[in-house]
Amino acid sequence: MLLSFFFLLREGGLKVSISEYLTLLELLEKRVIQFDVEQFYYLSRACLVKDESLYDRFDRVFSAHFKGVEDLFGPDGADIPDEWLRKQVELGLSEEEKAQIEAMGGWEKLMETLKKRLEEQQERHQGGSKWIGTGGTSPFGAYGYNPEGIRIGQAGSRHRRAVKVWDKREFRNLDDSLELGTRNLKVALRRLRRFARQGAADELDLPDTIDSTAKNAGMLDIKMVPERHNATKVLLFLDIGGSMDDHVRVCEELFSAASSEFKHLEYFYFHNCIYEGLWMDNLRRHSVRIPTMDVLHKYSADYKLIMVGDATMSPYEIQHPGGSVEHWNEEAGATWMKRLLDTYAKAIWLNPEPVQRWQYTPSIQMLSQLMQQRMYPLTVNGLEQGMRELS
Amino acid sequence: MSEQRFSGTDRYVATEDLTTAVNAAVTLGRPILIKGEPGTGKTQLAEEIARGLERPLLQWHVKSTTKAQQGLYEYDAVARLRDSQLGDERVHDISNYIVKGPMWEAFEQDTQPVLLIDEIDKADIEFPNDLLRELDQMEFYVYETHQTVVAKHRPIIVITSNNEKELPDAFLRRCFFHYIRFPDKETMLDIVEVHFPGLKKELLNEALNAFYELREVPGLKKKPSTSELLDWLKLLLAEDIPPEVLSSDDRRKTLPPMHGALLKNEQDVHLFERLIFLNERNAR
Repeated sequence: MLLSFFFLLREGGLKVSISEYLTLLELLEKRVIQFDVEQFYYLSRACLVKDESLYDRFDRVFSAHFKGVEDLFGPDGADIPDEWLRKQVELGLSEEEKAQIEAMGGWEKLMETLKKRLEEQQERHQGGSKWIGTGGTSPFGAYGYNPEGIRIGQAGSRHRRAVKVWDKREFRNLDDSLELGTRNLKVALRRLRRFARQGAADELDLPDTIDSTAKNAGMLDIKMVPERHNATKVLLFLDIGGSMDDHVRVCEELFSAASSEFKHLEYFYFHNCIYEGLWMDNLRRHSVRIPTMDVLHKYSADYKLIMVGDATMSPYEIQHPGGSVEHWNEEAGATWMKRLLDTYAKAIWLNPEPVQRWQYTPSIQMLSQLMQQRMYPLTVNGLEQGMRELS
Repeated sequence: MSEQRFSGTDRYVATEDLTTAVNAAVTLGRPILIKGEPGTGKTQLAEEIARGLERPLLQWHVKSTTKAQQGLYEYDAVARLRDSQLGDERVHDISNYIVKGPMWEAFEQDTQPVLLIDEIDKADIEFPNDLLRELDQMEFYVYETHQTVVAKHRPIIVITSNNEKELPDAFLRRCFFHYIRFPDKETMLDIVEVHFPGLKKELLNEALNAFYELREVPGLKKKPSTSELLDWLKLLLAEDIPPEVLSSDDRRKTLPPMHGALLKNEQDVHLFERLIFLNERNAR
C-alpha cells in the first residue's frame, strides 16, 4: 500500500527520494506512532515533504490515496447508530435549543430527515446548505452555522474535528513553486548576482600580508580583505490575467527560477499596466491590494526592478486616467511607470511576445519608450541582455 | 533507541503535528528542520526539547559570515605564528591551536545532547552542503591532527530557517521537516494560558480579538507574532488595563494601548493611524 502511495506522490510532482521513503518505513517499524491515520499523516509529511509550498500538493495526494481508509479508524462513516447520535445531540443542547427542536417538529422528525439525507447522499461533502458534511449551513454536519444542527463526528472525535487535516488544504496559498525545466532561465538569472565587496574583513590578503610583514621587520602583520557575498535585491512585477494568460506559464518558470537566486526577492502582481494598486496573492487580488506608493516607499532605491508583461493593451490604458480595463484609475499608467522608474534606476521589462511583433503593437512601442528601450524578450538570450543592463 | 517522547513542556505548547515530527527525529537521530513565521517559537523549540527530555543544549547561531568549518573546529594559525615568533613552547603541539566548534562539543557529550543550529538560511548558499557528511555520518576528520571525531551519541539536531534562502535538495533529504503554522485562536489560548495562568477571561478575549484584527490589516510590514502578543499581554497586565479599553468600538477610534509591543516600525503605526482616520471619516 505504501509503495503505491510513494509512486503516487512522485506522479503528483513531489520529488520523494528512495532514502526518504526508507526512512519512513524505518520509523513505522520502530513504532514511532500509534495506529492513527492522523499521526501517520503528520509523520509522512515530516519525512517526505521538505518545503511548506509543497504541503498542499501532499495534502491532495494523501487525500486521494487514503480516501476511505480513515473510516477504519473512527465513526465517520454513514452507519451511525441512532442512539449514539441522540445522546450526543442531547448532551450538546441547552434547554432553549431543545425547545426549539420541539418547535421544529421534535427530535423524531429531525432524525428522520437525517436518515433520509444519509440515504440520498453518496459521497463525502463539504460546504453547501443541504448535504451532511462540513463547513456548511445544513443542520447536519460539523463546523456549521445552523443553531439546531447535529454535529457529526466533531465533538465525538478524539481531535475535535470532522474535517480531515489534509482535506482542509490550509497550505494551498503557499504553493508557488513550479519546477518546469527552469534550468536555462536559472543560468541567465545567475548573471544578476552581483558580487559586491562588502561585509566583514575575513579573507587573508596574502601579498599585502607579506609586504607589510617585511616592512614590519619580520614581525607578523596580518592583512585582511572583505569577502565577496551575494547582495542583489530584486523587485519582481508580474502581469497576470487577460492577454497574459498565454504567457503565465513562461512567467512562472521565470519566477520559480528566480526565487533561489537573490538575497531579497519581492514579487507583486499587476494587470496590464502599473496603477495605484498591486497585489501579492492572485487569489485575493480584489480584496487585498497594496498601494503602489507603499511599495515605492518600502523598498529602497538599490532594489532592481524586473517587470514581466506582454505590454499588449489599448494605448488608453497607458496614456489616460481612467483607462484601466478593471477599475477607474485616477492617474494614468504612464505616470505610475515614471514614478517607478524615478525610484529604481536599474529596471528592465521582460516581454514574452516575440520581438518580430513588437513594432506592430503601439502599446509595446510606448512602454518600451517609457522604459528607455530597456525592454527585452523573455528568452534566455533576452534575459542575458537584461541582466547585463541591470548589473 | 530512546524511549522518551517529547510532548511539549509546561511552558511550551506543541501541537500534535510538531510532536510527531520531533519524535521521529529523536528516534532516528536525524536533524529536524523547522520553518515558520518569525516569532512562532522555532528557536525556543530546541530549548524546550532539551528541557523536556533533560538533555544538555548546545547552540550554534549562524550569521551571514559563518562558515560550516567553524561549527566543527577552527585552526588558529595566526596565534601559532605569533607564538613561534615569541618562542613559546606551546607552538610544537598543533592541537593547542585547534578550537572546538559547537558540533565537536556536541559529538563529545556523554549523554545525547540537543544541538541547535539557528537561522541556517542566514549563511552562504553553500553552507548546508558543507555539512552533509557531518549530519549524515555524525563524524568528521581533523586534517591538522589526523584524527577522526565520531559522535558518542547522535545528537538531536534542530535547525531553524526563516526562508530567506532556499536550501539544497541533498541537504533537505537528510532532514525531517516541519513548518510551524501561525497558531489558530484555540492553540493561542493554550499558549497564553501557559505563560499567564489565570489571566482575566474578558481581558484575554478582547486582547486576542484586537491582536487577530491587527494581523488582518493589509500591508503591514511586520505582522505581530506570538512572542509579540505575549510581550503585549505582559505590559497590559503590568499597567492593569481594564478589558473595556480594548473593546471593539474603541479600537476603531484609537490605537490599542501599548501598541509599541505589537507594531514594530513607524510605517506600520502610520498605516494604522491612517486606517483609523479613514474609519472615523466613514463613520461620520
